Amino acid sequence: MMAEKLLEVKNLKQYFNAGKPSEVRAIDNISFDIYRGETFGLVGESGCGKSTTGRTIIRLYDATDGEVLYDGVSVHAKKSKSEVKALNRKMQMIFQDPYASLNPRMKVLDIIAEGLDVHGLAKNPKERKQKVVELLETVGLNKEHADRYPHEFSGGQRQRIGIARALAVNPEFIIADEPISALDVSIQAQVVNLLKDLQKEKGLTYLFIAHDLSMVKYISDRIGVMYFGKLVEMAPADVLYKNPLHPYTKSLLSAIPLPDPIYERSRVRKPYNPKQHNYGPDEKVEFREVTPGHFVLCSEKEFKEMKVQANN
Amino acid sequence: MEKILQVKDLELSFHTFAGEVKAIRGVSFDLNKGETLAIVGESGSGKSVTTKSIMRLLPESSSEFKNGEILFNGNDLTKLSDSQMQKIRGKEISMIFQDPMTSLNPTMPIGKQVMEPILKHQKVSKAKAKEVCVDLLRMVGIPNPETRIKMYPHQFSGGQRQRIVIAIALACNPKILIADEPTTALDVTIQAQILELMKDIQKKVDTSIIFITHDLGVVANVADRVAVMYGGRIVEVGTVDEIFYNPQHPYTWGLLSSMPSMDLAEEKLYAIPGTPPDLLNPPVGDAFALRSEYALQIDMEQAPPMFKVSDTHYAATWLLHPNAPQVDPPKTIIERMKTFRGSRYYEQATGGDA
Repeated sequence: MMAEKLLEVKNLKQYFNAGKPSEVRAIDNISFDIYRGETFGLVGESGCGKSTTGRTIIRLYDATDGEVLYDGVSVHAKKSKSEVKALNRKMQMIFQDPYASLNPRMKVLDIIAEGLDVHGLAKNPKERKQKVVELLETVGLNKEHADRYPHEFSGGQRQRIGIARALAVNPEFIIADEPISALDVSIQAQVVNLLKDLQKEKGLTYLFIAHDLSMVKYISDRIGVMYFGKLVEMAPADVLYKNPLHPYTKSLLSAIPLPDPIYERSRVRKPYNPKQHNYGPDEKVEFREVTPGHFVLCSEKEFKEMKVQANN
Repeated sequence: MEKILQVKDLELSFHTFAGEVKAIRGVSFDLNKGETLAIVGESGSGKSVTTKSIMRLLPESSSEFKNGEILFNGNDLTKLSDSQMQKIRGKEISMIFQDPMTSLNPTMPIGKQVMEPILKHQKVSKAKAKEVCVDLLRMVGIPNPETRIKMYPHQFSGGQRQRIVIAIALACNPKILIADEPTTALDVTIQAQILELMKDIQKKVDTSIIFITHDLGVVANVADRVAVMYGGRIVEVGTVDEIFYNPQHPYTWGLLSSMPSMDLAEEKLYAIPGTPPDLLNPPVGDAFALRSEYALQIDMEQAPPMFKVSDTHYAATWLLHPNAPQVDPPKTIIERMKTFRGSRYYEQATGGDA
């Protein structure tokens, strides 16, 4: 398969308060690629740097070090205004909290049309309105909704508005930062289905950030697991769930409660302690490819053990 | 089994500018001693309001008990005065809230907050209360409690804060513990720790727990019995196995089907269409009928009563009426029913432990 790389993240680092005693290494040297048309899931606990990764990719933060290449073009390099604009049109973001990410003083029409205005995609008010109505219909709302304010909508509807806003400029790549974690179970399924349908229709590429592992597995083609700013494992979704290799991934998977009481009675949670690796001072801990497409952060010794494990 | 709490035909409304919101429309359930009852449902289904009305935490200016009673220790909690209620709250019945970031007082050391209910409800000296407080914090897994009681909430992580909230709730050995989405704000790994802690403590102190959540995985993990709420009513109640392996109400079917399963590779996730009902103008008949593909004509006209499935299992759906047509639930539900002895899809296990 010759998949085309849409996004390349190379040795990305994002330190907050760099050089000070309070330095936080939110992203500590991570690398991964996202191919055109796929959904890449990024999971981990709160504070592991998954949201920071999303925000750094879209240049909401300036990276401390490393590179993000979108279609071969560096996101963080010095750019003219028009270059930034061109990039922003290709990359859009859907935020976690549909209550906080829509301006309460703006009508839905203006919220969705903001991108159209910035990029000059609508020639006159009539076209602008028509485009917004089309977008609303795409996400399962209707044209009456355009003249309302965000507070008149439920959480699921608001998230649909957030999706319509992201779609307004016809992006290729969407970063969805925990788009469903604030929603009810039955509504989560609606939004996930919508995202999947849109992907099929428009050939979108997603970076899907979440901590709900069961939903991530459902929507993603490949998944990366983050722990304390580092990517510890990366594999195709079903491989990761069937054959997790890094002890943290195993621990994370063993913690998910499933809607199955009989299974729940026998589920044993595996704890994870970073000290359990017992790395020696001169051991090189690197991201290594154990089986094709399945990467794990490990030492040379662990790597050999995992190879045996993976082939059984 | 000893019934510790009985809620009978509870009806409660809020008075708002838009009119009367009928948040609870006839809820009845019992809580047995030592059990965990999970109440599941979407936001707005009335699950939190039900428990807040047990604790009498709703603003009296805008909420009104229309009907029904809440029996605890022979008293009807809906009729107690505020001062009588204060003797129950925190002592006999206590509550764990969803968000540990906001349910602790940020300006007060945590030791003082844990000691508060002890000093209020038990005639003990401050020194003794401090001892109890340290023991409690140790029990919920806070390391070095002797030194940490002087610290403030912001010096703890989210999981630790929820542990402290649990310590406060347990301070007076309550008979009933109400946990309102106690793990929703936490990560899976922390959630697993808190659930394990709650189960541990329940064994130690023998308290009954009402557990509110919308996460069915959590329900399967903690609950003995489950009540499913929709549109201000309980639509199905049963043991955890009955609800997960022999569900009868179309809404329960929908909820269970919309959870992605870890092993099956489904093409499309089932999503319940539409949105929850507006309780300003609650629909006549079955509130779920408008979103249900299984709705019958009568669902639009008349609310279904609770039909008995077994001694412990009841569901409010006309599909259980003897005259109703027999329908097949969604595929994933039939798969679940196949494992349940007593369901009509039950299949004897082939081989193994038959």
